[in-house]
Amino acid sequence: MALLSKKDTNLILDPLADNNPITIQVLGICSALAITAELKASLVMAVSVIFVMGVGNVVISLMRNIIPSKIRIIAQLIVVATLVIVVDQVLKAYQYELSKTLSVFVGLIITNCIIMGRFEAFALGNGVWRSFLDGIGNALGYGVILIIIGFFRELLGSGTLFGIQVLGDPIAKTGLYAIGYENNGFMIIPPAALIVVGIIIWVQRSRNPALVEEN
Amino acid sequence: MHELKMKYQGKKMAPAFNAFHTFLFSPNETTHAGGTHVKGADDLKRTMNTVIMALIPVLIFSMFNAGYQHYSAINGFPENFSVMEHFLTWDNFWIGIVKVLPLVVVSYGVGLLVEFIFAVIKGHEVEEGYLVTGMLVPLIMPIDTPLWMLSVAVVFGVVIGKEVFGGTGMNILNPALTIRAFLFFAYPTWMSGDKVWVHGAKDGVTQAGSVDAISGETILGYLAQGNEAAYQAKYSLSDMFFGFIPGSVGETSTFLILLGGLFLIFTKIASWRIMVSAVIGSLAMGLIFNGIVDAGWIAEYSKFYGLMQFDFWKHLLVGGLAFGIVYMATDPVTGSQTNRGKWIYGFFIGFMSVMIRVFNPGYPEGVFLAILLMNVFAPTIDHYVIRGNVKRRMKRLKNAVVLPKDSDSAAKELKAETV
Repeated sequence: MALLSKKDTNLILDPLADNNPITIQVLGICSALAITAELKASLVMAVSVIFVMGVGNVVISLMRNIIPSKIRIIAQLIVVATLVIVVDQVLKAYQYELSKTLSVFVGLIITNCIIMGRFEAFALGNGVWRSFLDGIGNALGYGVILIIIGFFRELLGSGTLFGIQVLGDPIAKTGLYAIGYENNGFMIIPPAALIVVGIIIWVQRSRNPALVEEN
Repeated sequence: MHELKMKYQGKKMAPAFNAFHTFLFSPNETTHAGGTHVKGADDLKRTMNTVIMALIPVLIFSMFNAGYQHYSAINGFPENFSVMEHFLTWDNFWIGIVKVLPLVVVSYGVGLLVEFIFAVIKGHEVEEGYLVTGMLVPLIMPIDTPLWMLSVAVVFGVVIGKEVFGGTGMNILNPALTIRAFLFFAYPTWMSGDKVWVHGAKDGVTQAGSVDAISGETILGYLAQGNEAAYQAKYSLSDMFFGFIPGSVGETSTFLILLGGLFLIFTKIASWRIMVSAVIGSLAMGLIFNGIVDAGWIAEYSKFYGLMQFDFWKHLLVGGLAFGIVYMATDPVTGSQTNRGKWIYGFFIGFMSVMIRVFNPGYPEGVFLAILLMNVFAPTIDHYVIRGNVKRRMKRLKNAVVLPKDSDSAAKELKAETV
């Protein structure tokens, strides 16, 4: 017997491609714009969201039968806020510089609509194990897009990856810069992320025309 | 060629081939006999060609000006300036050929390549849309723009600015200005400052008999620094009007742009409403700023003072305002379509251009930003103009004496017509 049944596998794999929270459901765009100028920040954000969503979905799923439905949003907010504070404190303790870069956006994970969306749509109505898989899957789908955007924005905008210069030194003019290449300042500013997201959506839908919505 | 065209009919490369064919020959298809056909000579291709004709004088002037600014920056401006002796010289023209012509070639080459690729992928005819864009792009660039940057920007502008919306005629933003805006945000050191407007300044070419590098600050640049005396010593009013000043390649000569504008109005290609209202808008904003200065509401040490006290009508002579109003704002695709909408659209282009110009701390120019902004608002303006029209006519209908039996259906019909 496989570790995961086919249905469970789909819970993880679907959000990675054909039901991606960013490119298909178009949720969580704010953070995708704000923190993807560097790959490292994108990665940390992705890991944080994976943690918050995995654990959060489990907690909500455990409590799903005792939360009165009238105050369920508040209950969800408390769960997600608690988890976000844990993430924030861990970052401050071990990655202080990075937490300054991410600044308010770690706190704003609370408002990430993907998380509340999954709590509402999935964890409130499903068992613990499946909720966990769903949380991980959606957060992975979010993280993958974040990392793709971060990769292109950092490479083209700063010529670095994880802060390491891969295209040569722009100040000493080595590598590509020696022949006149320059970093693209447009990729640093947030609108560039919108355009990269748009291109990802475009590529994805032209590869899989079934995803194109009818007007 | 005609046989080849038939041979490739329906093949994958057919659109690209057809485009080439139409470019060289007049099409061999004729309307079939029978029935009535309306034939208009002013198709898209001719419209585009008319705009290009209006741009040719500007282009040629810019080639001479490129050299004139370059040599004047090195040797100092000539004492008794004569057009024949100092401006229309082979030396000047040669700089134009080496610097301006490659911009034109790259702009057309890359842009048309993208168009051809998209035509082949989508399987439709190549659209003529890039003909004008390709000519506008080099004219709004600083002279020393590296060619690879231009290529990147052209690919970006044509794909993101136009093709994603469905190609020529469907774009929201003016592609040429999208290209300019992309370059401005992507490579600001090549697009602004005092080193990019004259050929050689960026490479550190020095003045004759001195170790100082040449600089080509624009008039707006001097004003933004509050250094009014410096520009007045260098450029007279007629220099500004005829265009013997540094600036983007083709934007300097207000005189030739004016002629081009009149030509476009005369041939009914461009909307005179947009041009007139944009001029009014810029004058209005300039007057407001002059008024603020006259009223003493702004201190002389303020960083906005230099540009605010600039005579309101001179804004039209310097920078890209005239070029933008005549060739960019009047783009029939991205501008407003209704007559009243055109007045509003044009007015705000002029108004915002001067406002951004004065308040932009890093870069004293705002025409391209203003036009892009109004491009976005153009459909909204049209929407409200049309709604207003519908409302007015409904009111008229209500007051009109109509047979009671028909009034309901008449209202419905009218709604269907005007919405």
